[in-house]
Amino acid sequence: MKKFYGVLAGVVAMFAAVSFASAADPLTINGAGATFPYPLYSKWFYEYSNAHPGVRFNYQSIGSGGGIKQITAGTVNFGATDAPMTEEGMKKLPGAILHIPTALGAVVPVYNLDGVPAGLKLTSDILAGIYLGKITRWNDPKIAELNKTVTMPNADIVVAHRSDGSGTTDIFTNYLTTVNIDWRAKVGRGPSVNWPVGIGGKGNEGVAGVVKQTPGAIGYVELAYAKQNKMKVASLRNKEGHFVAPTLEATSAAAAGMAKSMPDDFRVSLVDAPGKESWPISGLTWILVYKDQADAARGKAIVQFLKWAIRDGQKMEAALDYAALPKPVVEKVDKALKQISFKGKSLY
Amino acid sequence: MSRKTGGNFKDLLFERTTGAFAFLVLFLAVLLFAVLLRESLPALRKFGGSFLVTGTWDPVLEKFGALPFIYGTIVSSFLAILIAVPLSVGAAIFINEYAPPWMKTPVSFLAELLAAIPSVIYGLWGIFVLVPVLRDVFMKPVAKYLGWIPLFKGPVYGPSMLAAGVLLSIMIIPFILSVSREVLATIPQRQKEAVLSLGGTRWEMIRIVIGQHCIPGIFGATILGLGRALGETMAVTMVIGNRPEAILSLFQPGYSMAAVIANEFTEAVGDVYLSSLVLIGLILFVMTLAVNLAAKWILTKMVARASRGI
Repeated sequence: MKKFYGVLAGVVAMFAAVSFASAADPLTINGAGATFPYPLYSKWFYEYSNAHPGVRFNYQSIGSGGGIKQITAGTVNFGATDAPMTEEGMKKLPGAILHIPTALGAVVPVYNLDGVPAGLKLTSDILAGIYLGKITRWNDPKIAELNKTVTMPNADIVVAHRSDGSGTTDIFTNYLTTVNIDWRAKVGRGPSVNWPVGIGGKGNEGVAGVVKQTPGAIGYVELAYAKQNKMKVASLRNKEGHFVAPTLEATSAAAAGMAKSMPDDFRVSLVDAPGKESWPISGLTWILVYKDQADAARGKAIVQFLKWAIRDGQKMEAALDYAALPKPVVEKVDKALKQISFKGKSLY
Repeated sequence: MSRKTGGNFKDLLFERTTGAFAFLVLFLAVLLFAVLLRESLPALRKFGGSFLVTGTWDPVLEKFGALPFIYGTIVSSFLAILIAVPLSVGAAIFINEYAPPWMKTPVSFLAELLAAIPSVIYGLWGIFVLVPVLRDVFMKPVAKYLGWIPLFKGPVYGPSMLAAGVLLSIMIIPFILSVSREVLATIPQRQKEAVLSLGGTRWEMIRIVIGQHCIPGIFGATILGLGRALGETMAVTMVIGNRPEAILSLFQPGYSMAAVIANEFTEAVGDVYLSSLVLIGLILFVMTLAVNLAAKWILTKMVARASRGI
């Protein structure tokens, strides 16, 4: 009987190999990187391949750090990252690279407090104070003063953060670093940092798990995750002094606020962006492609796909809880795509 | 070549082939060690021996030390052993010696089924069931009345070293239980009957015969469980709290070696950072190896003593 199963497995494997080989006939574009845009990219690849049967995508969502490593080594055709590459990292590259923004994400503070509805008002200093371990109780006068309509409970604040390295943490700590001098001096920014206080949860689901299971907990997760799980989200005071609730519109507004000062290489942080409506903890996510493509057909396919992604692709963002790129940014990205070339000839 | 292959070519071929397989396994282990060592060189050069005793883990400033992770791995694993061994040995004795025949199969089957559950499921169950229950039913009252004992000090969050230890103990019970049952089953019926015929009670029979016969086997079962607990990653990281600090209190969050590697490896940019994670892997590798070698050594001594005793 065992023998039979062995033979069966062999036959199945053979068929799998054959069908795999025939599936590899169309042009396959390999990519790797960020996990945050993965649901969006999957949808894009699926829709795009349906409309253009000659192109297929293979994307490994191994994390931004992994994406940068792989595009640096040249093992993939494009990389994807939630944090722009550093100058130091770009020096290791074999050629010039472009950061192509594809979508916007927001990171939102979520909490679990009985008797306190969603929309608790917080400022950057309070958030930094909580994560530095300086504000330890929910009825701290600083919090109570901003939220006079609710009675803040006399309870300990349990801080939750991501334990795995992630672009979400990078955006969140980038925000705290930007707005708070203490945070900048003591902790800094990065995909993982040395947290002064708190419990680490693995992934958005891990942080959400800690927050949901622990009365008095506060954490931060991606906007999409908070929405889909109906968690209580806080409002934050933005750069212009307005309290805003985290929404897709407020996230797009942050990018629109930065549009004028957007650098040509798009390596820009959207945290603490100007604009009345701007959600202050927003960030871009990028696809990384080399300016000089080694393969004309592949390069062309990538450019065509990116052109589609910043036009038709943007319409799919809201349904998946990503914020679309605002128009001025799209126009700027479109210009940048013309720089992608094969042997000096633009592939646009 | 002194063995009686009798010049038979097939025999020789078979011996050589299987021999090559055996060496391949050994070769893989050596290769694994070599690669871990090579990749951890940058961290070894930068931190040296202080890596083992430093408690800072700061990816931003690239300052790394493995102490909290080593501590967390050891404490959570031993806590698991402490809980799991009496439970599983007791259960094994009950199933083998006391349980009515209709109960034996279903009980042992269900207990052993625990081994088949994927660890991520244990982790999820840990977050949503075990941690809240442990926190409200056990940790809060204990912290209230016994909070002055260093082991139970500090605020109660839920995710903690204790939660990790308890979850791990549930995960290793099936291993220790099933090996213990096998060990108990090897007791010759005659010896049991001999004790009973001398007027011993059932309890005395178990105590005497097991004390004579089964300690090395149960010790082996414990090591098997310990090995699994040391390397467990997913379930631990979901309930331990992932806080790189070596704190005596079991109610405080901690971290383990396997967990930090799984958590931070994908986003570790920078050579020293990555290399520090590999170095933790190397330490874990050496630690498991050391535990197993020590166990082997103790086991040989025990078996020798046990056989002398009979």
